[in-house]
Amino acid sequence: MAESIKDKVAIIGMGCTKFGELWNTSASDLMVDAAYEAYEDAGIEPKDIDAAWVGNWQEVTGMAGLGLAGLRLQYKPITRVENMCATGTDALRNASYAVASGVVDIALAVGAEKLKDMGIAGLISTAPGGTAGVGGVATTAPAIFAMMATRYFDRYNLSPDEGKRMLAHISVKSHHNGNLNPKAHFHRELTIEQVMNAPIIAWPLGLFDCCGVSDGGAAAIVVRAADAKKFKADPVYIKSVQMCVGPAEGPVRSDYDFTHVEETYRAGLASYAEAGIKDPRQEIGMAEVHDCFSITEATIMEDLQFSPRGKCRGDIEGGFFDLDGGLPVQPDGGLKCFGHPVGASGLRMLYEIYLQLQGRAGPRQIKNPKLGLTHNMGGMPPACTVAVAIVGLT
Amino acid sequence: MVGITSYGAYIPYHRLNREEIYKAWGGFPIPGEKAMASHDEDAVTMAWEAANDCLHGSDPKKIGGLYIATTTYPYKEKQCSTIIATALDMGSEIRTADFANSLRGGTIAIASALDAVKAGTARSIVVTAADTRMPAPGGFVEGSYGDGAAALLIGDKDVIATIVDHYFVSDEFTGEWRADGDTFIRSWEDRMVLDEGYSAILPQAISGLMKKHKLEAKDFAKVVVSAPIDIRRHGKLTGGLGFGMEQIQEPFFMTVGNTGTALAMMMLVAALEEAKPGDKILFANYGNGADAFLIEVTDAIKKKKVHDRRATKGYLASKRVLTNYATYLRWRGLVTVERARRPEIPYTSLTALKRSRKEVLRLYGDKCKVCGNVQYQMPFGVGGMTPIRVCYYCQAKDQFEDYRFSDKRGHIFTYSLDLLADVIDPPGTPVFIDFEGGGRGWFELTDRDPDQVKVGMPVEMVLREMYFDRGIHNYYWKARPVRG
Repeated sequence: MAESIKDKVAIIGMGCTKFGELWNTSASDLMVDAAYEAYEDAGIEPKDIDAAWVGNWQEVTGMAGLGLAGLRLQYKPITRVENMCATGTDALRNASYAVASGVVDIALAVGAEKLKDMGIAGLISTAPGGTAGVGGVATTAPAIFAMMATRYFDRYNLSPDEGKRMLAHISVKSHHNGNLNPKAHFHRELTIEQVMNAPIIAWPLGLFDCCGVSDGGAAAIVVRAADAKKFKADPVYIKSVQMCVGPAEGPVRSDYDFTHVEETYRAGLASYAEAGIKDPRQEIGMAEVHDCFSITEATIMEDLQFSPRGKCRGDIEGGFFDLDGGLPVQPDGGLKCFGHPVGASGLRMLYEIYLQLQGRAGPRQIKNPKLGLTHNMGGMPPACTVAVAIVGLT
Repeated sequence: MVGITSYGAYIPYHRLNREEIYKAWGGFPIPGEKAMASHDEDAVTMAWEAANDCLHGSDPKKIGGLYIATTTYPYKEKQCSTIIATALDMGSEIRTADFANSLRGGTIAIASALDAVKAGTARSIVVTAADTRMPAPGGFVEGSYGDGAAALLIGDKDVIATIVDHYFVSDEFTGEWRADGDTFIRSWEDRMVLDEGYSAILPQAISGLMKKHKLEAKDFAKVVVSAPIDIRRHGKLTGGLGFGMEQIQEPFFMTVGNTGTALAMMMLVAALEEAKPGDKILFANYGNGADAFLIEVTDAIKKKKVHDRRATKGYLASKRVLTNYATYLRWRGLVTVERARRPEIPYTSLTALKRSRKEVLRLYGDKCKVCGNVQYQMPFGVGGMTPIRVCYYCQAKDQFEDYRFSDKRGHIFTYSLDLLADVIDPPGTPVFIDFEGGGRGWFELTDRDPDQVKVGMPVEMVLREMYFDRGIHNYYWKARPVRG
């Protein structure tokens, strides 16, 4: 029978660059900066790395494992991982399995994305060359997620004003947290009115319902749990890493409701089972979730069972997910305010949880954070990949 | 007995108030509206829609051929009738042909179809005509031109209007023309063009036909004669031949404009919409010569279900009047506007298109023989390429039969109004629709008023051009709020 990853792997070092529109920083810069910060944090040398996984979606210079060549690792096994926006967590998952197997002692996971070299707004094209352009629907990521908001408002009888007000609370909270974070893309507090009155990007979502399109990189170094204390007094232990890739049924099956993401729900179930969690709302102390859009975060609260189905509005507007609430979500600002360089985001989420558990989060520090959860989603609500990780100090 | 067995028409949803052209350029105001093709419409899509109206309720696999006539083909080399026939879900062992270069193209195609049916080489042929002729902005004729299409099914079973005879005149004359490489119509001095062309040659054909059959003006219930750009000449010609006002089929000047190759056939469809058994119709067309047809309406027009066609009346009644001339210029591609800063359009793979043409052009999905669920997978993007090999519902492998979605209506399940997308008519309007009878699809919504879009809105499927890139017109399906 398959075994659990719980308490077999520990994170002994992490790094994360500043996120933002880094006009003078290359993809290789992002990987080098993130990896060397992680080396220093772990107290190791580059030569100690036995194997590496490099996660990027599209716009990192260099293909395959050679994408990480800027680190000059000396003839080591390196694998490129691509799972759209869930790429970062998948790189961690592969590195963790490698050390857990005993074949590798020290593994490096790096995620980076250079989105802002393209001269365009929003994400770049996801079309695979050569097979695309047969028919086609002109659409964008905001519109695809906006269609979930349209349906959520309709299903739960929220007027546009009520629905947008609920979503505005999410962005105001994330900008408050991100403003306390020097590495975040944006540093600006927002008001509910500013969010609600912002220009529409894709109805009903406005500018401040959409996350930052950013450059950035993050890295983690993992070892077997039994070896962790040799490197660090306060390593962070992996309780679960689960990934769920949907069969892309949502765009085709008329029984998909467009108010939840099945992949998130199932990845949550699998992760809670692996970590031995019975009551996520009580047992999870903080979460970094994939808030590419405000509506995404709202529905994740229900899919991860933090809020009952159809009832996230009360928790959102009641402050339950605020920094001083019962279950702080996006303590670092999230994709919304910290930014979203696609391949880096999963590891950036983990970086914040890691800092919080070690008491290194400065003005954002959460008291007694217990277990932390990261939720990383690639794709769109009706068809996506979701990776969930749960980590803790002991 | 050979003749017309069904009819259909198409008039675009959008109309431009002619006042807007006067506001932009001055000159003298022309009253009324002109119908304007949307940015995603052309002669091919409009001809498809008229033919779809014409074939409503009949089995497209039983039609023996399809002809199109237009002066505004999207391709110079590449047959367009095959695109339309495929989108109509016609069979493959049929006759397809493209008629070009004359405003008489439609009537010449009708005569060719008649000959084929009479000779027994085709059981029936649907003849379509459509035009989106381009007048130069600010010019004399800009307000007069409009866009539209018509279709007639020619056959020998259940004929609603017998085509008794036709009379042809050919006349070499360069009066209105467009050379290879020209964008806009050119014209010689207008009075000379009319005096020596329309006003001289058309009466020759009409009189020739009437003399041959010993008919007088009073014998006709309806006189359907194409009109020139100077609309006064239409009345002068028909009046001069002795026809009374009540006999004359009006040429859509106030409501649609001059639709070029499509005009005469659209007028004939309008006449048939009102026709009674026994009516004699004179049908005549002009363009590098003239032709005239003697048509007799039969009893079958009462029995046959042709009156549920939208035809000209239905499409005329359903409209959205634009009060912005800049929109017209943009949709026609006459101004270059700044594009949204979005990724380049991926190139169209003709290999993938050929492989997926059943899903792309016929809008076929699949019905699972094991669980019975119907399903449509976009022929591109998320979830892999078509065909579906493993059922979305029960995971049975390769247990499917074809299922046509293009003739199914649906309703909007969810939507967005997308101001980031690089589209010609913002906002982009992606919708997920649920089809009547099952199945869900992700499409663009066209011919919509953004303020009216809502969950539950009924929609129908229409063939449109998604984009033109690297020389390829990319035709696919869009959803559209059901037109009245």
